[in-house]
Amino acid sequence: MIARDKLAWNAVIWIVLLTMPYWMNAIGGYTELASRVVILGLAAMALNFLLGFTGVLSFGHAAYFGLGAYGAAMAIKFMLPSTPFAILVGVVVGTLAAAAVGALIVKLRGVYFAMVTIAFGQVFYFIAFRWNSVTGGDDGVTGWHREPLHLGFATIDILGNDKAFYYLVLLLFAAAAAVMAMLLRSPLGRTLIAIRENERRARFLGIPVEQHIWISFVISGGFAALAGTLYALLSNFTDPRSLHWTLSGNFVIMAVLGGMRSFWGPLIGAAIFVVLQDYVSSQTENWMSFIGLFFVLVVTFFPRGVLGIIKRRVAT
Amino acid sequence: MSLLRVQNVSRHFGSLVAVDQVSMTVEPGQLRAIIGPNGAGKTTFFNMISGFFPPTSGTIVFGEKDITAWPAHKRVAAGMARTFQVTEIFPELSVRENLRIPVEVAAGMRLRPWLSRAADAKIRERLDELLKMGSLVEKANRLVGELSHGDQRATEIMMSLALRPRLLLLDEPTAGMGDQETYDVTRLIRRLHREEKLTIVLIEHDMRVVFHLADRIMVLAEGAVLAEGTADEIAKDERVQAAYLGKTE
Repeated sequence: MIARDKLAWNAVIWIVLLTMPYWMNAIGGYTELASRVVILGLAAMALNFLLGFTGVLSFGHAAYFGLGAYGAAMAIKFMLPSTPFAILVGVVVGTLAAAAVGALIVKLRGVYFAMVTIAFGQVFYFIAFRWNSVTGGDDGVTGWHREPLHLGFATIDILGNDKAFYYLVLLLFAAAAAVMAMLLRSPLGRTLIAIRENERRARFLGIPVEQHIWISFVISGGFAALAGTLYALLSNFTDPRSLHWTLSGNFVIMAVLGGMRSFWGPLIGAAIFVVLQDYVSSQTENWMSFIGLFFVLVVTFFPRGVLGIIKRRVAT
Repeated sequence: MSLLRVQNVSRHFGSLVAVDQVSMTVEPGQLRAIIGPNGAGKTTFFNMISGFFPPTSGTIVFGEKDITAWPAHKRVAAGMARTFQVTEIFPELSVRENLRIPVEVAAGMRLRPWLSRAADAKIRERLDELLKMGSLVEKANRLVGELSHGDQRATEIMMSLALRPRLLLLDEPTAGMGDQETYDVTRLIRRLHREEKLTIVLIEHDMRVVFHLADRIMVLAEGAVLAEGTADEIAKDERVQAAYLGKTE
């Protein structure tokens, strides 16, 4: 019964994702918006690998997201005009940063951990903001664009064709989701859930908790960096806001809004967040207060998030 | 060759001396009980052995290795497992999932990002064995948090056993239990000792349990060893009666 429910959920989500560019316009959206949902959904799911499945709250994931974005932008602008190369550079840079920061902070817990992740995130933000000659400072990295994909036998125009770029994003999203799902069902994934459930017990079952939290942090940061590269490629531009702690906060909001105990919850949260932002911000500048209100209502009345509500509906 | 040699360990908390120069030697196959009035330092002593915190002074030798400065997870890997006074389990996971984690850790798989079908089948086989041994087969798929106190404790003991330890430390395994539950857990411990040949050290308040199970007893009072010997010797010891048995019974 539960296995069948899961299968049905996966089918619905994949059908929606695969067809999104074809009905987005009909409901008043546009293809770029669909890409943004998937990219920020990936970032929120990456954060949730750490938050929901290891029980560790990071308020600084924009750092790895932003480093991915800067890595991709600068790779194309200064090194090699190739989209795959840009993605690779961004992911490597973001993952290495997560590995280094993670090693310094894994001994901390709870609110101390969260505070230090913000602090480290802001370090990267200020470097990007101040180091004008390299990062372009407040203006960001401009004057470049994503490159068409050359596959040898064919060229895919992901630059001119929004739909083609959407499907590239979706392909990488699918790969990332598959890897995360596989990890969560593996012995390594179960040790992370053990740490979330009861750290003391995990430790006294012979799990070196710090090492495992570090691994989770690096995986989570790596996928956040992947999302960051795609975000830069989507808008052919990146600036220090992609590193700012308010974006880290948005990732947390997306994860909690959608339901951090469920695998797809953060994607749903990101979709609600991005679409609400798009609609409401065209009506009023104070769009964030509407999202804030919605967030408070969900957290107060449905602590398991939006997906938690739907799941309960289905169950009863 | 002794399995565990604790030599003159002390633990200070500020100016309080919780454990003062306590030594204990445990031979393979022994079932040792530690008793003593509240605040005698029993749990503090356990925490030093299991690596919850290091001793202020003294040494702990396990097998042939000096483990005094080792972190807890390394002691577990060396073959030491423990339970806690307040049951430490994964309440929102099923009994099977609770047991699965230590089984995989014991198989050296904690860092494995995937599992082959054959390896998975082996894990399941071991799980069934443990569930049977702990009389938990019917409850295997229930969430541990929903089970009775006795079944939670049995799960915790079986989780420790899943690690294939050489030494099992049990901190008040029957605390807060009714007669039937106490009986069941006592029987489980005796079976592990007799049939699995497991070396066990336990802290216990229930004297029926202690005299029923232990082949050697150590009495702690105010952080120091008051007496040590067989059940008969301890029962006859006047100092023990004065300090402990007389007071509480």
